Amino acid sequence: MTAVLATEHLVRRFGGLTATNNVTFSLPAGARHALIGPNGAGKTTFVNLLSGVLAPTSGRVFLGGRDVTTWPAHMRARAGLSRTFQINQLFAEFTPLETIGLALSEAHGEGAQFWRRVGTSRAVVDEAVSTLERLGLGDVMEERVGSLPYGKQRLLEIAIAVAPKPKVLLLDEPAAGVPEGEREQILDIVAALPAEMALVLIEHDMDLVFRFARTISVLVGGALFVEGTASEVARDPRVRQVYLGESEIDHHIEPATGKTA
Amino acid sequence: MTDATATDSRSGTDRAMIYFAERARWRGPEVALWIGAFALAFLFPSRALLFNEVAILALFALSLDLVLGYAGIVSLGHGAFFGLGAYAAGLLAKAGAGAAPLSDPTLGLLFAALVCAAVGYVTSFLVLRGSDLTRLMVTLGVALIFQEIANRMAWLTGGADGLQGVAPANILGMFEFDLYGRNAYLYSLTVLMVLFVFARKIVHSPFGISLRAIKGNSLRAGAIGIPVNRRLNGAYTLGAAYAGVAGALLAQTTAFVSLDVLDFHRSADVMLIVVFGGVGTLYGAVVGAAAFKAMYDVLAAATPQYWEFWLGLVLVLLVLFVRGGVMGLLGAFYARLQRVGGRP
Amino acid sequence: MLTILFDGLAYGMLLFVLAVGLSVTLGLMNFINLAHGAFAMAGGYVAVVMMQRYGLSLFWSLPAAFVLTAAVGALLERTLYVRLYDKTHLEQVLFTIGLTFMAMATVDYFMGASPQIVDVPKALEGNFELGIVSLNKYRIFVIAVCALLTIALQLGLSKTRFGSRLRAAVDDSRVARGLGIDVTAIFALTFAFGSGLAGFGGALGSAIFSIDPQFPLKFMIYFLIVIAVGGTSTITGPFLASILLGVADVAGKYYTPEIGGHRIEIGGFVIYTIMVLVLIFRPQGLFGRAVGK
Repeated sequence: MTAVLATEHLVRRFGGLTATNNVTFSLPAGARHALIGPNGAGKTTFVNLLSGVLAPTSGRVFLGGRDVTTWPAHMRARAGLSRTFQINQLFAEFTPLETIGLALSEAHGEGAQFWRRVGTSRAVVDEAVSTLERLGLGDVMEERVGSLPYGKQRLLEIAIAVAPKPKVLLLDEPAAGVPEGEREQILDIVAALPAEMALVLIEHDMDLVFRFARTISVLVGGALFVEGTASEVARDPRVRQVYLGESEIDHHIEPATGKTA
Repeated sequence: MTDATATDSRSGTDRAMIYFAERARWRGPEVALWIGAFALAFLFPSRALLFNEVAILALFALSLDLVLGYAGIVSLGHGAFFGLGAYAAGLLAKAGAGAAPLSDPTLGLLFAALVCAAVGYVTSFLVLRGSDLTRLMVTLGVALIFQEIANRMAWLTGGADGLQGVAPANILGMFEFDLYGRNAYLYSLTVLMVLFVFARKIVHSPFGISLRAIKGNSLRAGAIGIPVNRRLNGAYTLGAAYAGVAGALLAQTTAFVSLDVLDFHRSADVMLIVVFGGVGTLYGAVVGAAAFKAMYDVLAAATPQYWEFWLGLVLVLLVLFVRGGVMGLLGAFYARLQRVGGRP
Repeated sequence: MLTILFDGLAYGMLLFVLAVGLSVTLGLMNFINLAHGAFAMAGGYVAVVMMQRYGLSLFWSLPAAFVLTAAVGALLERTLYVRLYDKTHLEQVLFTIGLTFMAMATVDYFMGASPQIVDVPKALEGNFELGIVSLNKYRIFVIAVCALLTIALQLGLSKTRFGSRLRAAVDDSRVARGLGIDVTAIFALTFAFGSGLAGFGGALGSAIFSIDPQFPLKFMIYFLIVIAVGGTSTITGPFLASILLGVADVAGKYYTPEIGGHRIEIGGFVIYTIMVLVLIFRPQGLFGRAVGK
C-alpha cells in the first residue's frame, strides 16, 4: 500500500538550529497516528513542513505519491491535505457559516468565481450546514466568529479542516486550551471522522494520545526517535527515559495495550 | 418566541440559504441613494460640474477600496492608474479627433480599463512581494516612475502644458457633452453605478469572500486552498482597471489631461476618502467622495491656499478618534436602532 | 566625472544625516513615519529665518536647527506618536501624511511658497583647485561634518551603554523589554535625536538645495529609498545606500539634464527603478535584514 503522506530525509534549519533533522516518515491511508515529543522537539515545525507553511532546507515531501516539496500550502490543501493550527487561525469577521462555505467553495474549485453570489449552490450550503451541525456549531453558525467562546472557536478550527473531506488531516494539539469538560467533545469528533481519512495528531496530553492512536512517532531534537504501535512505544524504555518525570506515560501502558489487543 | 419556533421548523440549510441571500440583498437606503444621485442632475443643474467631479472621485475611491478594503493592499501610488487611464482615454480621443469610432467615449473607457488592467497585472507582481512597508514603497515608486515618464514624454503627453485637444465624440453617439456638465454628470454617474453594481456583485461572490478571508488571515486562507497571491493579483488588476476608468472619465468630461492627474496628492486624497467613508464598505467610497468635495468647497473657499492644512488635520483626527469611518458610524447607529427597536 | 562623484558624495552624506533617524526609529518600533521630511524642512527653515531675518551665521543655525527640531520631535512623540505604535500600518501612514500636510501648509502660511536658499558662509565660498578638478568648499565642509557625525553615531552605537541598549532593542524589542531595557524611553530619545539630525541636515542642506513647503513630499521617496536599499538593522546599510543614491542622483541629473522643473529638481526615475528592483529582488535591502515584519 502506498503512503498517502511521506517524507524523505526532511531537514529544516533556522540559522544554526536544526528544528527538523533528517526525518523519513510515511503515513498509510486511514492511519490514526500520533506525533509526540517533549517541548521544543520540532513537532510544529514538522507539521509546517508537511503543510507547506515552511519550505524544507533539504529533503522531500510526498502527497499521494507525488513530490510536493516545492508546492505552496494552497496547492497541498487542494491535493487533499488539511490541517488545524495550534493557535486558532480563523476569520474573526466571518460567521462559521461563511467560513465553512468558503472552505467548501475553494475545495470545489469555485473560489475564483466572481460572477455568482456566494451561497447560491444548495448542495454546498447543505454540506456546510451539516458539517457545522455535526461539529456542534449549528446553533452559532450565523454569529461572528471573533465573538464566539473559545471552545466553539476551537471546534470551528477543526471544522474548517474537516469540511473539504481531506485525505490527510493534521491536528496540531486540537484540544489545546480547551477546558477539561469540553475535551471529550473534541475527542468524540475526532473519533467519528471517516475511517479512510489518515489522521495525524500532535498532542501533549498522553491520555488523548493513547485513546486515539494506533501508531505513534516520537520526535526528539527534531529527529525521529522511536516509531511503532502505541503499545510498543509505550513500553519502549528509551521513550520512558525521554519522558522521565512526565509520569503520565506509566499508567497508560496497561490500558493502552489492553485497548489495542 | 413564535418567531423562534417558525425558524426551527425550517431546516438548517433553508435558514442558511436565506442568510446568504439576506447578506447580499439590496436595501432601501441603497436604492434611494442612487435615485437621489440621478435626481441631483435635474434638481441642481447648475452644480452638475461639481457632481461630476464627485462621481469620478467616488469611482476612483471605489477602485482603491477594492484594493485596500477588500484585498488589504496598502497603496501609496494608486493615482498612477488614475493618471494612466486619463492619458489612455485622452490620447485615444485625441487620435480620433472628436469623431467616432476612435473618440467614442465608451471605447475610451474600455481602452483605459484594458491598459490599466494590463499594467496593474504586471505591477501587481512587484507590489505583492514583501510587507506593508515594501508595498508602500513599491506603489509609491511605481507612481513616481509614471509621473517621470509622463513628464519626459512631452511629445506624447504634452508634458507640463497638459494634453490639449481631447475631444470625445457624443456619448453613445447621441448625447453631447454640454457646457453645463449635466450630460457629463449623468454619464459619469451611470458608469459609476454600473461599476459599483459589478463591484458589489464581486464582493458577494466566492472570489470577493476569499479576498476578505486573505485580508483577515492569509495563513488560514492558504491552508484551505486559497491561492493567496493569485487572488491578490486579480484584485489589484481589477482595482487598477477601475481607477483607469475614473481617470478616463475625467479626461473625457473635462476634455483635458494635465500632469496633475499623476500627482502624489491624488493618491493621498483618495486614501483619505476611503478611510473617511469607511474601508471595505464600497459605499464608503461614495459617501467619502461627496464629503471630501463638500469639505473642499467650504474650506478651500475660506482659505484656498491652506486647504492642505485642513486636509492634514482631518487625516490626523480620523486616525486618532474615528475608527471605521462614516459607514462604521452609520453601521453602529443602525445596530443600536435595531437593538432598541427589537426590545419590547 | 570626479566632480560628479564628489558632489554625489556630499549629497549622499547629507541624505544619510537626513534619513538615519527614520531608519533607526523604523527598525526600533516598526513604525512608518512619513512625516520625517517635515522635520528636515523645519530645520531648513530655522536656518532660513536665522540667517535671512536675523543675519546670523550658518554655524549658529546648525546647532539651533538640531535643538529646535529635536525638541519638536520629542514633544510630538510623547503627545501624538505614542498613541499610534499599536495601530496598523495604514493608520500610521494616514496619520503621518496628515502631519506632513499640516506642516507644509503651516510653513506655506508663515514663509510663503517660494523656494528659499541660504547663502554659504563667506569662509566656505568658492572652490579648491586641485589640479584638474575644482572642489566646492562648502561641499567639502558638508562631507567633513557628515563624516564626523557618522563616526560619532557609529561610536555612540557601539561604545556607549545607550548604544548597546538601542541595538538590543532594534534587534528584538520583546527580548530587550524582558531584559529590563526601557524600550519606550529609548525610542523617545532616539526619535527626538533622529528628528534633530533631520533638522540639522535640513539646515546644512539649505545652502545646497533650495527649501520650500513641498520639501517633505519631495524627499519622502528619498528616505524610503535609503531604507529600502539600506535596511534598518544597522547604520552602515543606510549610509552606503545614501552614498549610492546621492551619486546616482547627481550622475542621473548630469547625464539627463532635461528635467521639467527649474529648481534643483530631483528627477531621476532611474533611481526609482533601482529602488523598485532592489525591493523585488532583495526585499530586506541590499545591505540589511528585512524591513518591517
